[in-house]
Amino acid sequence: MKKRLLIAGPAAVIASLVLPGFALGAEATPILDTPEASINAMWVIVAACLVMFMQAGFLLLEVGFSRAKNAGAGVAKILVNFSIASLCYWAVGFAFAFGGTGELIGDHGFFLNIGSSIEQAGESIPFVATYNISPAAFMFFQFVFCAVSLAIVWGATLERIKFSAYIIYAVIFSAVLYPVLSHWIFGGGWLQVNIGMQDFAGSTVVHLIGATGAFAALLLLGPRIGKYTKDGKPRAIPGHSMPLVGLGVLILWLGWFGFNPGSTLGAIGGRFAEVVVVTNLAAAAGVIAAVAVMYLLSKTIDIGMAGNGAIAGLVAITAPSGYVEYWAAPIIGAIAGVIVVLGVIAIEKIIDDPVGATSAHGLAGIWGTLSCGIFTSPRLAEFNEVGDPGLWYSGSLHQLGAQALGVGVAFGCVFVVSYAVFALLKHTIGIRVTAEEEDAGLDISEHGMYGYPEQFIPQPEYSTGLQFGSGLPASSTPAPAAAVNPMTTTES
Amino acid sequence: MKKIEAFIRHEAFEPIRAELLDKGFPSLSILEAKGSGRQKGIVERYRGSTLTVNVRPKIKLEVVVEDKDKGVVVETILKHARTGEVGDGKIFVLPVEEAIRIRTGEDGMEVLQLHEESEIPS
Repeated sequence: MKKRLLIAGPAAVIASLVLPGFALGAEATPILDTPEASINAMWVIVAACLVMFMQAGFLLLEVGFSRAKNAGAGVAKILVNFSIASLCYWAVGFAFAFGGTGELIGDHGFFLNIGSSIEQAGESIPFVATYNISPAAFMFFQFVFCAVSLAIVWGATLERIKFSAYIIYAVIFSAVLYPVLSHWIFGGGWLQVNIGMQDFAGSTVVHLIGATGAFAALLLLGPRIGKYTKDGKPRAIPGHSMPLVGLGVLILWLGWFGFNPGSTLGAIGGRFAEVVVVTNLAAAAGVIAAVAVMYLLSKTIDIGMAGNGAIAGLVAITAPSGYVEYWAAPIIGAIAGVIVVLGVIAIEKIIDDPVGATSAHGLAGIWGTLSCGIFTSPRLAEFNEVGDPGLWYSGSLHQLGAQALGVGVAFGCVFVVSYAVFALLKHTIGIRVTAEEEDAGLDISEHGMYGYPEQFIPQPEYSTGLQFGSGLPASSTPAPAAAVNPMTTTES
Repeated sequence: MKKIEAFIRHEAFEPIRAELLDKGFPSLSILEAKGSGRQKGIVERYRGSTLTVNVRPKIKLEVVVEDKDKGVVVETILKHARTGEVGDGKIFVLPVEEAIRIRTGEDGMEVLQLHEESEIPS
């Protein structure tokens, strides 16, 4: 610690001369050693861990919405994709997203090679200095967002996509596509600075981008076998476990308390606690609205739609969570709950999205981003120093226009790139398993084992001491050496 | 020998099993079955789409008895499985050629008999 003080001291002086915005911790004391910086790092890492845990939520949600023959595939997918994103985002993604204030792309901080102190890192990553936060904490927090966005892409492609398609798209997505878009909207790029687009935690950056990738994949992938009747009507293909779906939704809901409140990038002043309340209000309103609308349509309390309602409410409040007052949150969440139900039913008529990601993350993400243009309060627009108050307060459509432009640009860019990548993959290695493999299930055809073996392979009863082949008729066959499952054959 | 195959409602199985055991017919098998008859299927609603499942879950009960015992078993099943509503199921009686006990290799009517207390390991 002493040593770092000696090195960092002069650096802070130099940095404060070079960067005017750096004057936050104006004394000679290095910012890293202030209690404030430590508290910020602590909160942001806790929040990042909550967001990382959302991977478990996506896993359970997707596995629950799959049939039992595809239950294991989701596990391999989440683990491999998260790991690819971990390496790619550290290597280049973070630098493209936050390495400097270029309008289009960042160019500092590859491999996080920016020094460990806030002073050193602040020169290449301005946010580190502005928010007074450890560069490692900041990078890890931004990485888990990228991983969430990538996970959203794949939920829609369940039960028929080839594993190799995941790997190639995951590299492109986490190294370039997501970082560039997040630079434009989060990292000081043109949409944030020049247009004043407000997106607090990523209704557009994380959720719409992920859903847009999913949409592009779905157009090229086609529906699962048996999804549509001969006259084109959608059929239900029920997922195998609603309890897993429910657990997945609740884990995502919990993770969102890191997602939005963590985007304060600091704990000083307690602003993050208000964001927690805003987030929860929207999720609750999303559930109630989705259940109510579904009940009016089908006279059932639909379990899956209750879950989609929660996710839609959370996705919608993600952009405005740092910009709106409490009263606006239930309105934003409830409208998202209505949108997701109508969206799922409408989208299902043309494309097969087993988890409803294009509705819950896409349509609700668009609504959430636009809702800033209506509900952003003057106090919080000023606090965040991005954009203007919304229509409700200002009577002006200006902010709504900025939001709409941001949505259009993000959707357009991600769609074009994703469609091109998936089209290329489709015409080279292929993105879909064969019909035979799809019928058998991805577990056995792609992963060589079943997610639930007992369902497909007979098991012996509880009787370990029995010796088979020892009875009548008298025979010279030796008894098996050990009590093995007589219904399966093991090869070594 | 006769094999009695009965397709029954799940709820009917336990009272039938209890009475057959009481009357000295402990040997039986059940299988989870799905089938259709006059009873209509189930309409499942899932995320706004519907799925009509045209078969219903039933239990298939199989008992093999001596010819003279057929009537007792059939009566027992009728007694407990009947609700009077569509979907109570059906009973089929089939002739059986041979019966062999795997443990001992013995065959014939003997294998259908109730065990003596001393034969049954505790």
